[in-house]
Amino acid sequence: MSDSVLIRLFVNGEEHALAAPPQRTLLEALRYDLQLTGSKQGCDKGDCGACTVLVRERSATGRGEPILACITLAQDAQDLAIITIEGLATPAGLDPIQQAFADCGALQCGFCQPGMMLSARALLDRCERPSLPQIQDALSGNLCRCTGYTKIYEAIQVAAGLREPSSRAPVSSEKALPSDQVAYAVKELLP
Amino acid sequence: MLTLPRLQLHRPGSVREAVELLASKPNARVLAGGTDIVPNLKHGIYETEHLIALRGLSSELRYVRRDGGRDGDSIRLGALCTIDQLSKDPDVLQSLPALADACRQIAGPQLRKMGTLGGNLCLDTRCVYINQSYFWRSALGFCLKKDGTACHVVAQGLRCVAAASNDTAPVLLALGASVRIVGPRGERVVPLADFYLHDGIHNTVLEPDELLVEAAVPLPAARLKQAFFKLRTRAAIDYSAINLAVALAVSPAGLVTALRLCVSALAARPALINRLQDLVGQPADLHLAEELGRRAQKQCKPLTNIGVDPAYRREILPVLVRRTVLRAIAS
Ligand SMILES: Cc1cc2nc3c(=O)[nH]c(=O)nc-3n(C[C@H](O)[C@H](O)[C@H](O)COP(=O)(O)OP(=O)(O)OC[C@H]3O[C@@H](n4cnc5c(N)ncnc54)[C@H](O)[C@@H]3O)c2cc1C
Ligand code: SF4
Ligand code: FES
Ligand code: FES
Repeated sequence: MSDSVLIRLFVNGEEHALAAPPQRTLLEALRYDLQLTGSKQGCDKGDCGACTVLVRERSATGRGEPILACITLAQDAQDLAIITIEGLATPAGLDPIQQAFADCGALQCGFCQPGMMLSARALLDRCERPSLPQIQDALSGNLCRCTGYTKIYEAIQVAAGLREPSSRAPVSSEKALPSDQVAYAVKELLP
Repeated sequence: MLTLPRLQLHRPGSVREAVELLASKPNARVLAGGTDIVPNLKHGIYETEHLIALRGLSSELRYVRRDGGRDGDSIRLGALCTIDQLSKDPDVLQSLPALADACRQIAGPQLRKMGTLGGNLCLDTRCVYINQSYFWRSALGFCLKKDGTACHVVAQGLRCVAAASNDTAPVLLALGASVRIVGPRGERVVPLADFYLHDGIHNTVLEPDELLVEAAVPLPAARLKQAFFKLRTRAAIDYSAINLAVALAVSPAGLVTALRLCVSALAARPALINRLQDLVGQPADLHLAEELGRRAQKQCKPLTNIGVDPAYRREILPVLVRRTVLRAIAS
């Protein structure tokens, strides 16, 4: 790797030094050099928000603002303090956003979740009691192909203390017909 | 997974250093927020081995200033102002509300934090046949803009007609802005009306070794009635299918004393609608709004360069102009 460069990144409060090709993106550095695979590689070109991380100037305080790691060069991120989804929980437990996403079942495949939760965290950091349009606007750069967003908005309202998780209990599997019984019922209907 | 080609990144700390690097490194390009150039590099649209990152110039080029210059008061916007910042800046909101409105509607929240004014004004043109992966483009035999010899939008076309898609451009054109450019041969100020060219391959007068450092809007603009409109498929992320901006000066008697209308996302150059002089002196009313809509439709020709039906865009254009002019008049 003679043409690698030394890249210093400050991620989740820890200093890292890595050798990588100069064109390494921040997302590649996080996932493949630092093994922080929570940040997802979706479109890899700025469309979907799956790679969202929070950044701020190292001298600034707070958690920072959401940006896209897939179109940021790792070398150009050396002056920033970066927070990934791995840095959201504390030793005391999950971040309230993470807890609310779990309580509300605000996910299906889960691929969009790290980005969603970081965008949501940044929103609640600057606005404790956001309105629904504010939530929708803050998440408008994060695409979800599964949920239809309703549960995600609900989770953020729950994390902000604006409501309880929706009371509809998930269907327990004992109540559902076993699949061979469903097939039998269908067969009965056929002439 | 889309990987970047081999590159070297340079991180100058001042405008002077940045310009020296641009002049000395072959095929060097500027990296500001990177939201346009990085996807394009991943798609193999540029032959570039050197990127000059501007992050180190932030303290020098991130400002919104009001001041009195030789030609009267103006508001000056540094090239590294982020789009998010301009959408919220109190001076911009007060004096250039149409610009703040345009910035609020650019891309999505993360991209507005990253993207800069300079990058937006220098945004590369867009086309459904170019903003694709190298593999996709190779399957079609490439096109004039990069690697190929034919245009897929205009048959037998000899000029690329990819669309100027930056949302700040029509507003700043309607408000009569100019840009300040620094290069190895010194500094020059170019009216934005002379900045864009009809060539989709490179649609500005910017030389490869020059840096755009500032946009300035003459402050009489603050007294203009102004409005911006953006037509897009989804309310976030998507680029414009049409964007337009109008600025009007109206006398106390309700008569138009000056007006500019700019329509973009059609071709390589944002279109300042011309031959409007005879409308000066007319009342600022519905009749004027409809007349402007008709003239815009006559002078604009939507193409298949953008993935939104050109026939629809042609029909809707006068309606959007009418509504936007009425909104400006009421402002
Ligand atoms: C999914 C997606 C959606 C988007 N939607 C929109 C949209 O709706 N509307 C819109 O207008 N834009 C949109 N964009 C584009 C982009 O985010 C913005 O236009 C942004 O302002 C570009 O600025 P940047 O600093 O990131 O530019 P960069 O990518 O850093 O630069 C863009 C170009 O300008 C050149 N350049 C940058 N700064 C300078 C300078 N100071 N002097 C000389 N040359 C310079 C670069 O070399 C490059 O060629 C979108 C982008 C993505 C990925
Ligand atoms: S307008 Fe023609 S030449 Fe230009 S990018 Fe589109 S297909 Fe290519
Ligand atoms: S991976 Fe889709 S925006 Fe970065
Ligand atoms: S849960 Fe699958 S993309 Fe959002």
